[in-house]
Amino acid sequence: MSANRAIDLKKTAIDWLGITPFLLFAVMFLIAPTLYLVTGAFLNPAGEFTFENIGGLFTDKILASYWISIKVSLASSIGGALIGFFLAWAVVLGGLPSWIRSSLLTFSGVASNFAGVPLAFAFLATLGRTGLVTMILRDWFGINLYATGFNLLSFVGLTLTYMYFQIPLMVLIITPALDGLKKEWREAAEILGATNRQYWTKVALPILFPSILGTTLLLFANAFGAIATAYSLTGSTFNIVPIQLYAQIRGDVLHNPNLGYALALGMIVITGISNLIYIWLRMRAERWQK
Amino acid sequence: MSFLELAGIQKSFGPVQVVKDFDMTIEKGEFVSFLGPSGCGKTTILRMIAGFETPSAGTVIINGRNQNELKPNQRNIGMVFQAYALFPNMTVHDNVAFGLKIAGMEKSAVDARVKEMLGLIHLGHLADRFPYQMSGGQQQRVALARALAPKPQVLLLDEPLSALDAKIRVSLREEIRAIQQQLGITTVFVTHDQEEALSISDRIVVMNGGRADQIGTPFDIYNKPATRFVASFVGTLNMIEARVADPATNRITIGDQGITLREPLGSTLKAGDKLSLALRPEAGSIAEGAKGDTALTGTVVSSNFLGSVIRTRMKVGDAVISFDMFNAPGLTPPAVGEVATLRFTASDLLIIRE
Amino acid sequence: MKTQKIGAWIAVLFGASYFIVPLIATFEFSLRMRRGEYSFDAYRSVFSDVQFRESFSYSIVMAILTIVFGVLLVVPTAYWVRLRLPQMRPVVEFITLMPLVIPAIVIVFGYLRLYNSSSYIPFTGSARGTDLLLMFSFMTLSLPYMYRSVDTAMRTIDVGTLTEAAQSLGASWPTIMFKCIFPNVMSGVLSGAFITFAIVIGEFTMPSLLNRPAFGPYLQLIGANRAYEPPALAVIAFAITWGCMVLLQLVSRFSKSAPSKP
Repeated sequence: MSANRAIDLKKTAIDWLGITPFLLFAVMFLIAPTLYLVTGAFLNPAGEFTFENIGGLFTDKILASYWISIKVSLASSIGGALIGFFLAWAVVLGGLPSWIRSSLLTFSGVASNFAGVPLAFAFLATLGRTGLVTMILRDWFGINLYATGFNLLSFVGLTLTYMYFQIPLMVLIITPALDGLKKEWREAAEILGATNRQYWTKVALPILFPSILGTTLLLFANAFGAIATAYSLTGSTFNIVPIQLYAQIRGDVLHNPNLGYALALGMIVITGISNLIYIWLRMRAERWQK
Repeated sequence: MSFLELAGIQKSFGPVQVVKDFDMTIEKGEFVSFLGPSGCGKTTILRMIAGFETPSAGTVIINGRNQNELKPNQRNIGMVFQAYALFPNMTVHDNVAFGLKIAGMEKSAVDARVKEMLGLIHLGHLADRFPYQMSGGQQQRVALARALAPKPQVLLLDEPLSALDAKIRVSLREEIRAIQQQLGITTVFVTHDQEEALSISDRIVVMNGGRADQIGTPFDIYNKPATRFVASFVGTLNMIEARVADPATNRITIGDQGITLREPLGSTLKAGDKLSLALRPEAGSIAEGAKGDTALTGTVVSSNFLGSVIRTRMKVGDAVISFDMFNAPGLTPPAVGEVATLRFTASDLLIIRE
Repeated sequence: MKTQKIGAWIAVLFGASYFIVPLIATFEFSLRMRRGEYSFDAYRSVFSDVQFRESFSYSIVMAILTIVFGVLLVVPTAYWVRLRLPQMRPVVEFITLMPLVIPAIVIVFGYLRLYNSSSYIPFTGSARGTDLLLMFSFMTLSLPYMYRSVDTAMRTIDVGTLTEAAQSLGASWPTIMFKCIFPNVMSGVLSGAFITFAIVIGEFTMPSLLNRPAFGPYLQLIGANRAYEPPALAVIAFAITWGCMVLLQLVSRFSKSAPSKP
């Protein structure tokens, strides 16, 4: 009896030993650094507990940078989700030749990973002051883009640029959901008297809604944490939160390390919440699609 | 006048003609099954009645009205699909209410009708469940209630039982038949399961390669199959190769034994011609004192106990004939190698002409 | 039906132009270096730049190291969790998704505080140490993708039966791991590897804040100081990403001919 118990214990020990390297890695490079910042956000330089840092976030400058970050992320995620949805709809249900579907999906796989510094270069070459589209509009159509108040280094410009990876990401995630719409649902609705419009508003869109909303949130978090594109597009002139944090890490521009931790905590909270809702909505959507 | 009429229906998908010149009339309140292997065109005919496919030629007429120009949502037809196809985002109540709300019925009337329909399928207590919380059999009953709720003029059932377990399949098919008779609704049922078709239909259409091989009552289809295909597709059947001995007296030989057929051989067959005969396994017996005007003697090759029946195979000349005996306590199953005499009525022996 | 098809074509044409116009514009811009005519001067300038070659090869070496160590970490873990610790599955999956939730800049901020030269584990105290830390940070970034593709590949094979079969034939643990499990999840490993490669090559935040001479910070530096080289670099970067994703597609298409998942 006791010998069996010992073998059991040894087995359990070996079982846990098997994932020790992974847990150690996770603690050292994910959990500990995050916890360090989270706790640091509630400490003053002397190491005492305080809410001062959190309070310090509510200054005009920091609030403004959160607000512009949220605006850019919201606009690019909603725009990306809408356009991505219509693209996915077109290739799944639009009756187009099948090569369009496969090329769009391949291209989306590439474009959703084409972010960061090179993407900024691409948009500067397109819509910058001497970019191709700017020049064509000026020379062929007589439209001076920059005289209309457009600026690539702005809210609109950044949103347009972010959408270059947001749209493909939406296409990649929502295409399987559209594939999951069963042909019989449409036929059942139709034979019960529903028009095409009634089918979409009462059946298809409610079924897709968790996927659409969830993916939009994922896109939001994706844009909110991104820095490289914005940084090389605008330098440090455009004060979105990641750039602010980058400057803080580089040179303590807030003159308070613990306020920097609070800034990071704010980012985790925002991306964390949107990701959690995403996961929750995704589980709901999968439940239906069984 | 017939209620549902299919006149000269043809359907081609590209170069493939899946329905070839199909004609049929169905009476009001009738339950008609389309039976056949996959690809025989039975589902395509159903989908043309529903309006999901347009006939390449011919017309679908319901209650005197040509349906060809009507879209599915204008036809007032109820349909149950193979894969349930309940709307996953709606409760049972909302699923059944869907067609009624689309038709613009008032809320109180909708609720009353839904309650009535759920009572009909005995699922009133599950009105607030979502489809994913129910078993396949329950989902399919809800699908039936949803199809029937708007009082359709025709009910179409597209293999509604094939995704279910064997036991539920039997109980649900009985329930479907009972509800159909209670409401007196004209019903077209598509299946590849002959037992299903035989058990619940008023008439059966046996489809083969886009055509109807035979249209008749289950009794006729089973006992008087018109073609070799019908005979082999419906039920188990012995196909026995025989030779004509004397066309004038209807004498034929099986192996080296001669018997007399009841059915006239006809003028085209001469002595020595080959001939196919069909015999149902349950038509013969080797029991003591078995009735029958005809006998064949042979050697038992195998004997399998199947529960309610014992299926025995016997070699007569070159032919192997199977026959079933009902199980009874005290019965001694035939032993392999035993010589036995099979007795049956000559009129049960069918001549299969193509 | 017809209006639907027209709408679909409009959507696709709009999307295609949104995707393709910047690529054309970038390519066109990269050819403008010589005044009055198109030339590949910008590319020549890029390729002859010592810093380009150094930073690019640095990033390639980092990417390969990240892939090797990432695979050695992820495959045994995914295998072990499936085989012996199924109750830990949700926890492990949650951890692998964390890098998607916590922005990279926040993670590296934590590293800088935890592992600076005056801490107990002074990774950033030396250049080699910082390289090691950078590799771990790349592993963190690629963890969600690597774990998912390996785990998906593992779902298609029955690891339990495979292991028992190997054990009953007298195989040792290393033999099981490298002769039975690895070859069978190779498609997943390769998918994960290509994504990791694409991520590591272009990553800016982590090497920039850790002050290592990787390709991402080099790109940013060129972008701030030159005019025609950046679009040429963007074209090169796009080609690399494209190459990785095409290889990825080939691998996943190839592995589809393997037995499908239950």
